[in-house]
Amino acid sequence: MAKFTVRNLTFRYDDHLALQDVSLDIPANEITVIFGPAHAGKSTLLRCLNRLNDLIETEAIHLEGQILLDGEDIYAPRVDVTELRRRVGMVFAVPIPLPLSIYENVVYGLRMRGETSSSLLTERVERSLRQAALWDEVRDRLDEPGVLLSGGQQQRLCLARTLALEPDVILLDNPTSGLDPLSTAKVEASLRELKADYTVVFVPHSVQQAARVADTAVFLLNGQLIEAGPGERIFTRPREQRTEDYVTGRFG
Amino acid sequence: MRNREFVIEALIRVAGFSAIFFVVLIFLFLMREGVPAFWETSAGNFFGERWYPNEDLFGTLPLILGSLLVTLGAVVIALPLGLATAVFIRELAPGWLREILKPLVEILAGIPSVVLGFLGMVAVSPLVREWLNVPTGLTAFTGSLMLAYMSLPTIISVADDAIDAVPKAHRDGALALGATHWQTIWRVVLPAARSGVIIAVMLGIGRAIGETMAVMMVTGNAARIPQEWNALFFPARTMTATIAAEMGEVAQGSTHYHVLFAVGILLFAVTFVINAIASLVVIKGGPRRGGRLMG
Repeated sequence: MAKFTVRNLTFRYDDHLALQDVSLDIPANEITVIFGPAHAGKSTLLRCLNRLNDLIETEAIHLEGQILLDGEDIYAPRVDVTELRRRVGMVFAVPIPLPLSIYENVVYGLRMRGETSSSLLTERVERSLRQAALWDEVRDRLDEPGVLLSGGQQQRLCLARTLALEPDVILLDNPTSGLDPLSTAKVEASLRELKADYTVVFVPHSVQQAARVADTAVFLLNGQLIEAGPGERIFTRPREQRTEDYVTGRFG
Repeated sequence: MRNREFVIEALIRVAGFSAIFFVVLIFLFLMREGVPAFWETSAGNFFGERWYPNEDLFGTLPLILGSLLVTLGAVVIALPLGLATAVFIRELAPGWLREILKPLVEILAGIPSVVLGFLGMVAVSPLVREWLNVPTGLTAFTGSLMLAYMSLPTIISVADDAIDAVPKAHRDGALALGATHWQTIWRVVLPAARSGVIIAVMLGIGRAIGETMAVMMVTGNAARIPQEWNALFFPARTMTATIAAEMGEVAQGSTHYHVLFAVGILLFAVTFVINAIASLVVIKGGPRRGGRLMG
């Protein structure tokens, strides 16, 4: 069943055509990997899904086509964008913990939503940190500043912070770019656990990583969707020559 | 070739040192002319409540308080207005409007203060008199209004640059957590731009307290101690206006002359203290800058 349905999405900003007539389904409870070389439009596509592109130069951007989340158009006028972003969480390439304690970092989004019940917050902290595979490392020092954690831990803290809002979908924009292989493995492992409850859309660091985590893989090139399909097929028997050239390292 | 290098380097060196040299020279001159005032008048007289140079009463208290009153009034008016304008220009205004507003604000900074003083005299002060129903429109409040107007461009441009310098990742992070646009501005962007915003305010204060012409033209110039709750709506006299108004008529080398320079030293000291506080605040806030998001 498709969580997101993208129909004929064309996205332009300034005079740059970032996405060109992209259509795809993002299945629920799977890891969908969007991969491709630089400037392929991966991040732009991701940021269309939670409308984070809305704020760049409002009149210079231009979006055509439709994006449906559970069958509803997220660009419809009556959609509450803030609410949408709570449903569709996002983790970025560079983890930016708030200069608050680990605990407060995790509940930040909840507090902004107006949540005050401390039992709910505490319960949410433990659960999100467990889901992000960080709980065992920080359980005894929840009141220490989040910025003191290592890079890999910070990234999992940002993941926990997103999970605390109980989104339906988690978008990850190259979340392991600054991490060592061990931390990367931990993040990837938590993603595999998470897909039972969430829909995960993931822009990977490399083709190898894409192949490791993908249930569904989507190959973008210069803003166009070249090929999409089950991960194992895309990475072993691609139908398109350009996909094959890219996954075998002939370019990119 | 090497000779040319040497000459150019020497010239740059001279230029750099001359700037320092002149600052020191000005400072020494100020000291030489001003310090004698401290033994030519008693401390009780110098910091007294009455400024009547003709009767050898050189109480600077009304002038200091006058300056502080007018400046404080200006800051209270200009700060929220300037910050709001900066936030509007950077965060809310569509691109075309921003392209118009930015240069307009900079043009505002270029209006000569005497022109503003003139405007204040003929346009603002009658309004102040009518609306507040006070005997004269030439009040400390009128001065504050003009000063606020004059420090706005400084506050807006510097605050705008500070807000612009907040990394996009901060905004994205907050928005992606479901913060509203307003929550993002208030809790993430402004705290992250904190030190820049403080500099903006301090520069604004610096401009306000040192401003002379416009203030002299609209504050009424009565050297009285502001002690009533509504002192803001009576005439006042600032340190700068006093120096500007009296320096031309004073006999060189007289006590009055030295006292005017001493007022200059006071002004210098006040500005110095404000700047020092500003740098302290900025240095303290410094290491947290960039990563700072507040709850």
